[in-house]
Amino acid sequence: MPIEPIIKILFIFSVMVMGLAPIITWIERKQSAVMQDRIGANRADLNGITILGLLHPAADVIKLMTKEDMVPDGANRVMHMLSPLIAAVPAIMAFAVIPFGGVYVFGDTTLNLVGADINWGLLYIFVLGSIAAYGNVIAGWSSNNNWSMLGGLRASAQMISYEVTMGLTIVGVFMVFQTLRLTDMALAQDSSFRLLGFLDLYLGLDWGWIDWIRVPAWGIVYQPLGFLMFLTAVMAENKRPPFDIPEGESEIIAGYHLEYSGMRFGLFFMSEFIEIILIAALTTTIFLGGWAVPLLSTDTIINGISSVMGAGFATGLCILIHFVTFLLKVIFMIWVQMLIRWSLPRFRYDQVMSLCWKILLPLSIANIFVTGVVLLWVKG
Amino acid sequence: MTTETILFYIFGGLAVVSALGMVLNTRNTVASALSLVVTMVSLGAIYLLLEAYLVAAFQIMVYGGAIVVLFLFVVMLLNLSTDEFPPGRQRLIKSAFVIAGVAILVQILIALGRDPLLAAQPGAVPEGYGGYRQVGISLYTDYVLLVEMASLLLLAAIVGALILAKRKID
Repeated sequence: MPIEPIIKILFIFSVMVMGLAPIITWIERKQSAVMQDRIGANRADLNGITILGLLHPAADVIKLMTKEDMVPDGANRVMHMLSPLIAAVPAIMAFAVIPFGGVYVFGDTTLNLVGADINWGLLYIFVLGSIAAYGNVIAGWSSNNNWSMLGGLRASAQMISYEVTMGLTIVGVFMVFQTLRLTDMALAQDSSFRLLGFLDLYLGLDWGWIDWIRVPAWGIVYQPLGFLMFLTAVMAENKRPPFDIPEGESEIIAGYHLEYSGMRFGLFFMSEFIEIILIAALTTTIFLGGWAVPLLSTDTIINGISSVMGAGFATGLCILIHFVTFLLKVIFMIWVQMLIRWSLPRFRYDQVMSLCWKILLPLSIANIFVTGVVLLWVKG
Repeated sequence: MTTETILFYIFGGLAVVSALGMVLNTRNTVASALSLVVTMVSLGAIYLLLEAYLVAAFQIMVYGGAIVVLFLFVVMLLNLSTDEFPPGRQRLIKSAFVIAGVAILVQILIALGRDPLLAAQPGAVPEGYGGYRQVGISLYTDYVLLVEMASLLLLAAIVGALILAKRKID
């Protein structure tokens, strides 16, 4: 057995999934508290030490683990037990293709910081997304409860609709980067271009300072509309407010996970938070340059440090810088999602559907058309 | 046995068992639809073993994901049961399906006898064959007319469904 993939899997699982997911439950509670002028989680303590309420995730897990695990009468027991797993496992598996660092060379060994470097990486994530939808639909069906059933129906309708738009909104990025491999996308964004380059290319103005005004070559710079639409579509796919139609607490109580208790409910809850991290990591990789430091390419960093410290140390430090950059961008995107979740009131069912089919779908097709025309014009 | 052979037998067995489960389960329509999902996903896994990544992805995404979710949606919404068909018609439908299944099986056996797959030698596969780039290029150059015809057909189907539904609502 090769040891390298196992280390990578353990690292991704422990840092990105099991490390971040409990912490962002705390971030959500604290951020909503700040936005609503409250104090937020601060009661769980060990001998009076509360660490700003950071013990709450641990307390939540202990509470969920020790609660009674209820299965309602007339429920399909097997399906009722399986569906939280169907919802949570694909979300965790999707992290396999997300690069948390570039490709580094140590002497004669190369280190590629991604779980699985497959050339259909984005399709892999869509495949997992389409399977994850079953978790919610089956949960709603197997609970033998009318509210749950309505939640399951709404989940299936919403998730199929937004899967279509999610795929179409991102086609523009495929066209710009000419690849589906996420490591190649991140690598392509590890560069910058001159913002005013057209001045000397087309107008012949030979000013020296033109070279100094640079913009990172990120997906969001090429596809700003694509970024907004993709973020909307994936947030709707995650089913959190303002798109919480399948849960609809004011209409159908808790929708598909109404009849779940204990750790089974905890798995649904966790899978939503894992999806928040996944959305943040995915948008970071596709639109915000992934692990790339803005305006400082990998070569610049390694050459800059190795002239002082030596090549091996420089590469190691570069890995650390890139990983921290990636993590900071991911945390920023998590913060943005929380901000949207706690700012907007929830949509009505028909509003969610017409946003998908009447606004996002035509706009994304227009985006593909315009991107195609511009690419033809630029590349000839 | 190599790992690939073992995986092939696991997923092949799963595909056959779940396909039988889908057909033979007459009590619960939702469980039937879910067995169909298992069949589709195992077929996708077999395509992966053949290194046909694009086909595998579409198999799971389109058939396993979108289409069966739509089936489930309709089944859950309408809560259909077989009792709603009159008994004579039920027998007719069942025998029609049996005849169709036997006919397809006979055809497959004849095709296998005429062109033994096991004896065939695999040809050389060009670089990137079956990848999204090649499939995209051939879809939009060689087969562009067929793609457009298929999209027209789908459009006609959508419009037809809308007209039927609208008449019922009005």
